[in-house]
Amino acid sequence: MYKVKVYVTLKKSVIDPHGSAVEKKLRELDYNEVSNIRVGKYIEFFVKKSDRDVEEVVKEVCEKMLVNPVIEDFRYEIEESVNQ
Amino acid sequence: MKFAVIVFPGSDDVEMYRAVTEVLGEEAELVGHDADSLEGFDGIILPGGFSYGDYLRPGALACFTKVMDEVKKAAEEGKPVLGVGNGFQILLEAGLLPGAVKKNKSLRFICRNETVKVENNETMFTSLYEKGEAITLPIAHESGNYHCDDETLQRLKENNQIVFTYENNPNGSVEGIAGIINERGNVLGMMPRPERATEEIIGGTDGLRLFQSLVKHWRETVNVTNA
Repeated sequence: MYKVKVYVTLKKSVIDPHGSAVEKKLRELDYNEVSNIRVGKYIEFFVKKSDRDVEEVVKEVCEKMLVNPVIEDFRYEIEESVNQ
Repeated sequence: MKFAVIVFPGSDDVEMYRAVTEVLGEEAELVGHDADSLEGFDGIILPGGFSYGDYLRPGALACFTKVMDEVKKAAEEGKPVLGVGNGFQILLEAGLLPGAVKKNKSLRFICRNETVKVENNETMFTSLYEKGEAITLPIAHESGNYHCDDETLQRLKENNQIVFTYENNPNGSVEGIAGIINERGNVLGMMPRPERATEEIIGGTDGLRLFQSLVKHWRETVNVTNA
């Protein structure tokens, strides 16, 4: 069994209205050192060991459904998990 | 003309059904997300609403249903496919139209009338409007902020695929885009809700001509060849 963590954010070239609102508020609180806030989502799931390469499965699941490649980027972490 | 109004869990199908049958006076049937055929229908409508609770992304989960395979087939056959609101979001997620929507710039759900300009009246959906005509249509969405890359925008412009734009861009869409059509001209997606502007009693009738244009097109082309 593998545990998979997927991080999804809007692409760098896409303005993130959510991130901009949070950043504006932080500026108002004088956190001037904070910049480029991107609000994204975190998705986790398990993948059973099978004949297929786990990375191939994860990529496929992300590109097919979890991520919209028109506006979103993603990265993932895969770790072996003993107990489910 | 017989329309299929596709129903996902969370769709606003009843308003659309009512507009097509009672106001327009055409035939319509509500078709469930697990339907495996759309044969016998002359036009397909993906209504607004919140299919699958907008989970993951608006319109995303609706793409993975049996009926969407049939909608894709119908689009390939050249049948008219109209997606409004959430229906537009589904067409984008399914890749039947280019681009994507983000949350509105204001991050708010906006529900009000907007002035919408008819940029292209040479489509089967808009022939009864004047080019450049300003019409009033209600919008009701939280994610209608249309986005596409520069290359896609260029292509949309070159092929006259931008059909509707907002006068006062309420949601932050690229170039104020409110509705686009595919290159072939048979798949239209738009955030404004024409079915909510089909009777004076509900605030206006500017949406009615969209449906009438479709029926006219069907009577003049498809129905003639079949007769």
